[in-house]
Amino acid sequence: MAVEGDALYRDLCTIVEKYAPAQVELTPTTELSGDLNIDSVAAMDLIMEIEDKFGIDIPMNLVSDLRSFQDLVDVVRQQIEGR
Amino acid sequence: MDLFDKYALVAGRHGKVLQAGADPFGVCLDKVLSGTEARINGRDTILVGTNNYLGLTFDPDCVASAVAAIRQHGTGTTGSRIANGTYGIHRELEAEIARFLDRRSAMIFPTGYQANLGMLAGLAGPRDVILMDADSHSSIYDGCRLSGATVVRFRHNDPDDLDRRLGRLQDQGDCKLIVVEGIYSMLGDRAPLAEFAEIKRRYGAYLLVDEAHSLGVLGAHGRGAAEEQGIEEDVDCVVGTFSKSLGAVGGFGASNHPNFDVLRFCSRAYMYTASSCPSSVASVLSAFRQMAHRPELRQHLWDNAEALYQGLTAAGFDICAPMSPIIAVRLPDERSAVWAWNRLLENGVYVNLALPPGTPNAVCLLRCSVSAAHTPAQIDEVCRRFAKVAAELSGERSAEAIRVHRA
Repeated sequence: MAVEGDALYRDLCTIVEKYAPAQVELTPTTELSGDLNIDSVAAMDLIMEIEDKFGIDIPMNLVSDLRSFQDLVDVVRQQIEGR
Repeated sequence: MDLFDKYALVAGRHGKVLQAGADPFGVCLDKVLSGTEARINGRDTILVGTNNYLGLTFDPDCVASAVAAIRQHGTGTTGSRIANGTYGIHRELEAEIARFLDRRSAMIFPTGYQANLGMLAGLAGPRDVILMDADSHSSIYDGCRLSGATVVRFRHNDPDDLDRRLGRLQDQGDCKLIVVEGIYSMLGDRAPLAEFAEIKRRYGAYLLVDEAHSLGVLGAHGRGAAEEQGIEEDVDCVVGTFSKSLGAVGGFGASNHPNFDVLRFCSRAYMYTASSCPSSVASVLSAFRQMAHRPELRQHLWDNAEALYQGLTAAGFDICAPMSPIIAVRLPDERSAVWAWNRLLENGVYVNLALPPGTPNAVCLLRCSVSAAHTPAQIDEVCRRFAKVAAELSGERSAEAIRVHRA
């Protein structure tokens, strides 16, 4: 579960904001595609940046299920904990 | 809600491209005049976007073989090999590919796209891990997805990134399969296969190399990037296509693995599709003979590649990768790329327009591919027309800047 204010949430905000239009505020329910207009290519770049930052691998199988920012936080947390 | 609503954005973007002129993704070649020329919109046009690297599509022996095969075997096979049976020439071609690549076995597919689908989904399963280069062709992406394996991308041509990821994934999955290409189709850059091979050995992983754009192009015998870099023994599976250097349609997978042929009963893209048509199989058999007996074709290809690379560089174009038969010219943005592509077509030069998301790093490209069949005069003419368009583009961009400034 994403918790606004925790360190992981804040770190991911910092990364994702770079890919988001300036006027959009990130919340757990923000849609990565619909609200942030992150297309498939930008999504791949975003995932790689997150992988590098946290030293994890996020399989493509999981990426296709990501809808909201909360989904992303949950997947990253799951991969960090499974290291 | 309409079924096609989900494509509204794509359709809108396509409509915008059409406003600039012709449809870059639907060009009609009214008459193909040779391997390097066609009549398009009533204009004789030099083709510089065909991937016809060795120029064999109109080779007299290849054409004669295809015609003879149609007369002897008919126009099509009307079904799959597991249901309708294998033709003798299917076996003959598989033996030729295995011999050429010095592999124990080879199996053919009706298209190159299906070759990757069939090989990847056949080789890897839900308990395996595939590590694929991020700039891989769509057929590799689709094959990986179809396999059900855990699919992890590593940074393009980055052995260190592959190494790190394999280190992290050591305890996961039954088998690891690394998937790379010899030459990458969009930019024409080559994979550092020797470094990948060293990593593969260290982790006990398998290595598959797609030589679609490097077969007939690289290596002393034209076997591809693995031959050129001396690491063929480290390559567990080779994938290739007939629709580039070999001048036909189809694809193949080849391997030394003793159980490789079990894929004939486990790879759905092989089992449940109509088998390759006799004309393609026969012309490819001839094309292999041409490759073996006419090494000068490869020399012509590289001479032409160098001439075009130098010519476009001299004209001030930004080329994305070191010289190869794929010469990808980078344009600053989509509008310029579409505009320049149209002007080239109007000037009788056909190249491929490649736009994001189909390109690495979201670059906009005029992608050229050179053929051994291009004459020096054609290459000179292509360079001259590119330079003319560059001058016009420069004027167009200045005019646009003035308009923006005034607004």
